[in-house]
Amino acid sequence: MAVMLPRATVAYEVGASIAGGSRAWRRFALNPAALVGSAILLVMVSVALAAPWVAPHDPAKQSLLRRFTPPMWQTGGNAAYPLGTDQVGRDVLSRIIHGARISLLVGVSAVLVSLVVGVSAGLASGFMGGKVDTAIGTVVDVSLSFPQILLALAFVAALGPSLVTIIVVLGLTGWERYARVVRAEVLALREKEFVEAARAIGVGRLRIIVRHVLPNTVSSIVVMSTLQVAQAILAEAALSFLGVGSGNAYPTWGQMISLGRDFVTVAWWLATLPGLAILVTVLAINLVGDRLRDALDPRTI
Amino acid sequence: MSAFLIRRFLRFVVVCIGVSLVTFSILHASGDPVALIMPEAPEADRAKLRDALGLSDPLPTQFVRFVANAARGDFGQSFFHREPAFGLVVERMPTTLGLTCLAVTLALAIAIPVGIYSAVFRNTLGDHAATAIVFLGQSMPVFWIGIMLMLLFAVQWRLLPVSGWGTWSSMVLPAVTLGAFTTPLFMRIIRSSMLEVINLDYVRTARAKGLSEWLVICRHALRNAALPIVTVTGLQFGLLLGGAVLTETVFAVPGVGRLIVGAIRQLDFPIVQAGVFLLAIIIVSVNFLVDVLYVYLNPTVRLH
Repeated sequence: MAVMLPRATVAYEVGASIAGGSRAWRRFALNPAALVGSAILLVMVSVALAAPWVAPHDPAKQSLLRRFTPPMWQTGGNAAYPLGTDQVGRDVLSRIIHGARISLLVGVSAVLVSLVVGVSAGLASGFMGGKVDTAIGTVVDVSLSFPQILLALAFVAALGPSLVTIIVVLGLTGWERYARVVRAEVLALREKEFVEAARAIGVGRLRIIVRHVLPNTVSSIVVMSTLQVAQAILAEAALSFLGVGSGNAYPTWGQMISLGRDFVTVAWWLATLPGLAILVTVLAINLVGDRLRDALDPRTI
Repeated sequence: MSAFLIRRFLRFVVVCIGVSLVTFSILHASGDPVALIMPEAPEADRAKLRDALGLSDPLPTQFVRFVANAARGDFGQSFFHREPAFGLVVERMPTTLGLTCLAVTLALAIAIPVGIYSAVFRNTLGDHAATAIVFLGQSMPVFWIGIMLMLLFAVQWRLLPVSGWGTWSSMVLPAVTLGAFTTPLFMRIIRSSMLEVINLDYVRTARAKGLSEWLVICRHALRNAALPIVTVTGLQFGLLLGGAVLTETVFAVPGVGRLIVGAIRQLDFPIVQAGVFLLAIIIVSVNFLVDVLYVYLNPTVRLH
């Protein structure tokens, strides 16, 4: 979700978080929305992994004889091309299936980059305080001052569009929320008895962070990451819609919508169907993330 | 209170400097922008252009010059339009801000009543329907919403123009698109901030002294729920302008977003820098104003 109000921190003591874990898991698994979301995601990931074997056609194969074949349920449709063909006769279904790879790969990898940067910044900020905290806070403020999509677009164009550039740039323009939430949690955890106890028996600072504080921030990081993947998929789609995708070689959903926009008067399915693919994927992730948050939030027990 | 405002103002200045640094680095991200602009040219020509653009100076010198020029609104000549880049951006700013304001107004007009309804009638069918709409809305790419509306209202039913800007009918689809992107966001915040105040003691007191439910909600609950709405609007202003950029591209609206996207494709760096810088400064200023406004709306902040 675009807005996340700071959540109550989750089960402080490690023992409690393990006991709470199975309870939270049961609550999650029994929720119909969470189940539907997980099922859709499972299908999406499997299809993306098996794309070359699942897709009925080569996504790049053109044929001018088959241009603008409508989906099979419309007159003039062809069952061999269930979702129709595009302006150069490529199979839309196969392109959507292959496009899932880019969306999921970029979504997950970009969030991993954000996670590493944001969590480190949040831990450093919360633990060291003082000048480090102020400096990191300023960097967060600065990066939140730009429309993410525009900044990412400018840097991807300047660095030269490639899959790696997109992942890194999206990752480096989406880490602020991790930093803020982790910092807030560290500040709250720092004062807890078990951290004080560890400090009292002489445990080093780094070890306290890694062994005692970090494990207690895991559930909020997991929830945040799920919702961030949804945002990253939308951002990647926007970038390739605006024309700085990962290059023309591989189909992406955003690029398909962008081409479909040019033929909106003759072939409605070209822009509509890849968008539906984005909608279903992002919706499934959002459902899972939202239910995870509810399940892991101790305030609802 | 004045200490708080001074601290906020200092942060505003520091963030502005940070924004300049990021904008400055767009040009230098590639290492050698001249090679990017003229990949085929012989080295002698490149060196000439590098000197002309002042790119041979040390980076700190270039940065100071960039900030000094930016403060005067000078970002250099656009490579393609052969006009000052800043003027081209400023010229298109009213369109972008107009589109954004229209969309926010539309979104608030829908989100405030629906959000209040959701909070008051929590867990009813209506609330669930509203939540479902929030989920759907936040899972759709804004540019796709735009194309779908275009497909229905401009192509299928021919009620509105496909693209453009200027006449009232041409503004409907872009405003509704950006509004549809913004509404779920506001609905969510209004619902949750209303839920937080609706069971507080003072609201119960207002109810207990016999005020009508309507009066309780509008006079007592909504007033306090308004604070988070103001804050989040400020925080999400960047997201909103990002949405505006995409909407402008879909409907060929001649705003800043479309100008910058075009300039990025042509590697017209002066326009990209002027546009990104100006939008960022607007976002920083809006957030600064929100903070100042916050002090006046919420007396508890003044104490700290």
